[in-house]
Amino acid sequence: MSVVATDSFLERAPLLFRDWIVGHFPVALQWLVHHLLTITAILTVFGLFFAFTTIAERKLLARLQNRLGPNRSGLPWFRTLKLWGLTQPFADAIKAITKEDIVPAVADQVLHFLAPVVIVAFSLLGFAVLPFGRYLIPVELDAAILYFFAAGTATELAIFMAGWGSRNKYSLLAAMRALAQLISYELPLILSVVPVVLVTGTLSTRDIALAQGGWTWGVLPHWHVFTPWGFAGFLIFLVAALAESNRSPFDLPEAESELIAGHLTEYSGFKYALFFMAEYFGLTALSGLGITVFLGGWQAPCAFLEFIPSWLWFMGKLAGMIVFFIWIRGTLLRLRIDQLTRLAWQFLVPLALLNLGNAAFWALTSGWTGPLALARWAISAAIVIVPFFLLGRRLTAGYAPRTYRYAA
Amino acid sequence: MSFALLLIALVLLGSAAAAMLSRNLIHSALLLTGAWAGIAAFYLWAGAEFVAFAQVLVYVGAVSMVVLFAVLLTRQGATAAPVEFDSYKRVVGSIITAGGVGGVLLGAIFGTPLDVPAAPSPAALTVRQLGLQLMGPYAAALLIVGVILTVALLGAIVIAAVDKPEDPAP
Repeated sequence: MSVVATDSFLERAPLLFRDWIVGHFPVALQWLVHHLLTITAILTVFGLFFAFTTIAERKLLARLQNRLGPNRSGLPWFRTLKLWGLTQPFADAIKAITKEDIVPAVADQVLHFLAPVVIVAFSLLGFAVLPFGRYLIPVELDAAILYFFAAGTATELAIFMAGWGSRNKYSLLAAMRALAQLISYELPLILSVVPVVLVTGTLSTRDIALAQGGWTWGVLPHWHVFTPWGFAGFLIFLVAALAESNRSPFDLPEAESELIAGHLTEYSGFKYALFFMAEYFGLTALSGLGITVFLGGWQAPCAFLEFIPSWLWFMGKLAGMIVFFIWIRGTLLRLRIDQLTRLAWQFLVPLALLNLGNAAFWALTSGWTGPLALARWAISAAIVIVPFFLLGRRLTAGYAPRTYRYAA
Repeated sequence: MSFALLLIALVLLGSAAAAMLSRNLIHSALLLTGAWAGIAAFYLWAGAEFVAFAQVLVYVGAVSMVVLFAVLLTRQGATAAPVEFDSYKRVVGSIITAGGVGGVLLGAIFGTPLDVPAAPSPAALTVRQLGLQLMGPYAAALLIVGVILTVALLGAIVIAAVDKPEDPAP
């Protein structure tokens, strides 16, 4: 996209830097260098983001559990410099790489090797269509949302390959459970994004982010999350994204305290680490999509805060989402598999479908003004809230208050 | 441009052939998924972005899972396909069937005039235009396909479901 010279220097800086490097190469190679630079930038930024997400998660979880967390690792040769243990992820990486890689003798050697490679490669693909800033979008696709979800489907194949290729009963059974979970939650995840596509009338992430620009009185942003259907969609998206990326409270596939480690039982060393890397990449990419679709993308929340470059806003929101997910992990208890699938099929899918109708209503009544606008908000909110309570009441009937048969 | 097509065709046909030749059903299914991904790559090469992503979403994501689950749930024990020589009747039957299908396909391929004068290729359809077409003139077709798929799904559930008296509540 062309850069407008009226933007602030910080806004344009990444692009100017890229063009400066590309300019050093002959014209015939420039397209290649252009794309390689974009790929390198994504790998570097999100590789480091992944590294510091792990340390942030460990420290935050520790604080939530009234511990200190990792605070010992410093720098080699600089013993006095402790850096609050921030170099921990690099120590972890060295440990994972130098660990022995054990492959079961009867395992399917090819699939056992291929599974972690496939899962990491495909989890990175989603980043290609996220608009990280006003001008920072790696690939501008017309069908970006569709691409994002298509790139995510290979995760299921990789988990199957890991479970089946290990030639271990527990791995295979756990992989089937993981697949059941991923397939169940794919539906509410996609259905929660469809209303936004319906209202904005585009599948392009760039246009969806642009559609949320502008403020009422300079302070109230026009993000989708601040509409009744957008709020409901965002909540459904959050729950489904947690389940899709195997995060607590939906981390049944790799329930380290009940199952051994699910489909990862036969993995060790760096391959084991690769699965977690893919999990974090998936979570980050899904958070990025959630930000783009519901939280205004790179848009600033208030008009007077626009002087901060858009990519900084995006990364700030991304960090906020990740911290929120860590907070949830430290707070909620893990679900049982029947509760998990019931939540998806009996609660989230019907609500997401209703929300789709809600978005259609919102799109059809865009002309209502004055007192009718209030009616529009009231009706739209009622379409979401009334079924939420009715469905919730019906599904939890007979479950509460809890009675203990075997314990006093 | 044609080099990319050659590469795609090589990967596609290679994985399809390997899927047929593989003695291991799971490997066959995974290779078949690779072939479907190759078809998606071909769509991308041909400029049909939307169809390519839909192909990945539906075939690589969903249909492959159906195939894998079907293989795992229907085969007890070994997932290797029985390949022993059966009888001459089957050999002749398979050759006749394969020849017939191949003949029809080849006839269709050679019957199609390939060297159509290079008409000015229409501008690539945007997803928006595609959506409007699907929701406007082709809405009936879309609905009918949806109904057929739903009926097939319900039929599968009816066939697969076993009527068993439920366990008494504990």
